[in-house]
Amino acid sequence: MSNFLQYTVFGIMLGAGYAIAATGLVVTYTTSGVFNFAQGAVGMIAAFCYWELVVASGLPVLAALAVILLVGAPLSGLVVERVLMRRLHGSTAERPVMVTLGLTVILTGLATIVWSPSTQRTVESMVSGQFGLFGINIQYQEVLLIGVAAVVAVALRILFHSTRLGHGLRAVTDDPQLLAMAGASPNRMSQYGWMLGLALAALSGVLLAPTQATGISIEAVTLLVVNGYAAAIVGRLRNIPVTFAAAIGIGLAENYVINYLLPHLPQNLQPDITVALPMVFLFIALVTVPSVRLRAVGRLTTARAPRVIGGRESLVAGVAFFAVAAVLGAAFNNTPFDGTTILSLGGVVMSLGIVALSLVLVIGYSGQITLCQFAFMGIGAFVMGKTAGGGSLLGLLAATVLCAVVGGLIALPTIRLRDLYLALATFAFADAVATGFFPDSHVYGSGGVSIGRIVLPGISFGGDASEFLMVTFFFVLSAWLVLAIRRSYFGRRLVALNDSPAAFATVGLNIGATKVVVFAVGAAMAGLAGALYGTVQGVVGTTDFDFFSGLMFVLFVTIWSVRTVTGAFLAALTYVVLNQVSPNWVGLFAGVGIILIGRAANGILGIEVLRVPLPWTKATSETMSGEPASLLGVGTGGESRAAG
Amino acid sequence: MTDAPRSAPPEEPRPSGVTHQLPPGVIVNGLRAAYGRIEVLHGVDLEVPPGSVFCLLGPNGAGKSTLLKAMSGRLRPTAGSVLVGGGPIGRTSTEKLARAGMCAIPEGRGVFPNLTVRENLSIWTYRGGTSLKEVEERTYAAFPRLRERRSQLAGTLSGGEQQMLAISRALVTMPRLLLLDELSMGLAPLIVDQLYDLVGTLASDGMTVLLVEQFVTTALDVASHAAIMVHGRIDRVGTPRQMADAAFGAYLS
Repeated sequence: MSNFLQYTVFGIMLGAGYAIAATGLVVTYTTSGVFNFAQGAVGMIAAFCYWELVVASGLPVLAALAVILLVGAPLSGLVVERVLMRRLHGSTAERPVMVTLGLTVILTGLATIVWSPSTQRTVESMVSGQFGLFGINIQYQEVLLIGVAAVVAVALRILFHSTRLGHGLRAVTDDPQLLAMAGASPNRMSQYGWMLGLALAALSGVLLAPTQATGISIEAVTLLVVNGYAAAIVGRLRNIPVTFAAAIGIGLAENYVINYLLPHLPQNLQPDITVALPMVFLFIALVTVPSVRLRAVGRLTTARAPRVIGGRESLVAGVAFFAVAAVLGAAFNNTPFDGTTILSLGGVVMSLGIVALSLVLVIGYSGQITLCQFAFMGIGAFVMGKTAGGGSLLGLLAATVLCAVVGGLIALPTIRLRDLYLALATFAFADAVATGFFPDSHVYGSGGVSIGRIVLPGISFGGDASEFLMVTFFFVLSAWLVLAIRRSYFGRRLVALNDSPAAFATVGLNIGATKVVVFAVGAAMAGLAGALYGTVQGVVGTTDFDFFSGLMFVLFVTIWSVRTVTGAFLAALTYVVLNQVSPNWVGLFAGVGIILIGRAANGILGIEVLRVPLPWTKATSETMSGEPASLLGVGTGGESRAAG
Repeated sequence: MTDAPRSAPPEEPRPSGVTHQLPPGVIVNGLRAAYGRIEVLHGVDLEVPPGSVFCLLGPNGAGKSTLLKAMSGRLRPTAGSVLVGGGPIGRTSTEKLARAGMCAIPEGRGVFPNLTVRENLSIWTYRGGTSLKEVEERTYAAFPRLRERRSQLAGTLSGGEQQMLAISRALVTMPRLLLLDELSMGLAPLIVDQLYDLVGTLASDGMTVLLVEQFVTTALDVASHAAIMVHGRIDRVGTPRQMADAAFGAYLS
């Protein structure tokens, strides 16, 4: 009994920490319509700043808190709203997701550079000591956290319901233009929302840091705050009391699972489950709680989709691409480079290119935001390694088929989710797989899985060049497949689904089936890519399919252009090249790139000045493609007028 | 319903300076505006005299609401200018125009549905010059029904009550220029009459009013001037009587 009470108190304390982070999310979302994926990263930065100020520099606790919560976090909120978010008004739904993910990548990247992960950093409780009550020991730190959460809850309640500022903050959700017509600035309200939201993220990070007994780590603190995401979803992104209750419930559930359920499970699974728990909660919340109608109801089709490449044209381009690859293969056969070979890197580019193509299909054409292609890739590579000795065409087939099945299964519970919710669900799945499944000793463990080279009777893929060409062949095949899908009847269905799910359903098309098929095809492509990646690398492990790398890769594709094959190839190429230069550059390119490209829906390749007509482009296709998309989304004005 | 809304008895204190100034006139010159690539206003020229109640009629899609959007800073015109009280509004933001005395009430319900009536009224005080207490007093005096509903979410009010709440912004913030978009939309004729009575009273207290309607309604009874807008241009201008007669012909063209 006393154990139960002890766990309960600790669970409530954890929940209180999550609640603070979750209300921050709700505040930001209601005032600006942006779900801040970077909330966890902001909490993490705050925790490390607190360590830096208090432990490393010896500043008094209160002074450090004042600097972080009253100056640092609000100021960051101000800058983030003004510089990053305001430009996104009226853009497609994936943009805010991508930009806040970019922010996450930048913040974790910076943290890795500033606070080297090899040093242990322990944050002590702000208040020490404990007291006995009903036969259990209660830490003052626990009381402090629960107390702060209660104060935050009451203060927010008063702010939102009894002050004019609070009314304004709520009014901006309803109708920003009307608020402006009443004489208040909607942008100012969003700014306040971001300042408050980030301050709450920082507060939760600082308060939760001492619960990490073995010291704070960048990933762990970031994910601690992610627990708040599930609570915010349960609160339907607007109801603060429900969010609070859900957060406490999650804290309790987590602590009970860890203390009661885990000891009965196999030893090797325990750490995996502990790490994956927040994401499991988030996934459950997403598929069970009825989703709210998202704020951006209509969608401005400001940027036109790039021209669809015709069948003959894609055939010619594919053959030309393969010919160039063959020439390069002959020229660089078995050329060592930086510990590997040039063509092995080339094979990595091609296999990642296939993953990028799957993103073109799922995000670019169908508008379903998926963040879990690297998880499918890892599953594909694992299946490849375990099938028929790890180096056969059968393995490729098994990887492709199994990933198609898993992709379809993931799509089933998420059928009714779209935009932000789908992004969150795939985010949760990706992280749960990367942190809970891959590191398991039966999967990749610490040693990884070795994958042999494919052997076919009569043809040897053993050589450097032949293997490179095989992967290139699969890349070209995938590109043809994706383009053929886009040109087909099914492709038009995908575009229709992206444009208006409501209209799609009204004309009698099946949203669910379409989504499951597109997800399964996308997952199959990623699985195939993973298997090919494995044969090129020889040995693959958890680090190859890391969660953050997956996020960064999605950003790369978005930066170049998530709607074109060229964009997919360039994304894979730059990703591999930058990774070879320095992994730090990858995060920098992903984060800064997505912020600079902002709301341009067609990425770098969509920018007008770069759209040079290709020599084989037929003149007649001009009328099909229409005018190039305008970056600003505003018509050019005077010239093209319909006569009244 | 009180028969004479006590919007502004002469003895009541007003925001300084307002009583001694004439309400502003509005001049629209060659205004063009577009949504993306689609131009909606093809060069609108319009003159609203100071202190007038100007009724702009026009069929669905004529560009009336777009004109009001462009005049209130919600839509950036592509060409032409809008002068209020002799000065161009240029790129002034909607909230600055509101604080300078322009009150635009949009089509549909100009209220925040997820805020209570009282919280809506508290938003009206962002314009400056009044306290929530004053705003509540004046609103409830004109619309006693809103007093009963003050703790109710505005989204749960009837259409007429929502429109009363919307127009209370014009009543309590003492604007000098009122832009009203389809006040009558979806309302019972009796309520429309009441609301237009109120508009008439507001205008006689020294306010320029530009109101937009799709059909010939009681709006013309309170109007001093009228115009018909068709296909993004002003088709003809005249007295309310003339325009009422001309309207049907113009719509069919």
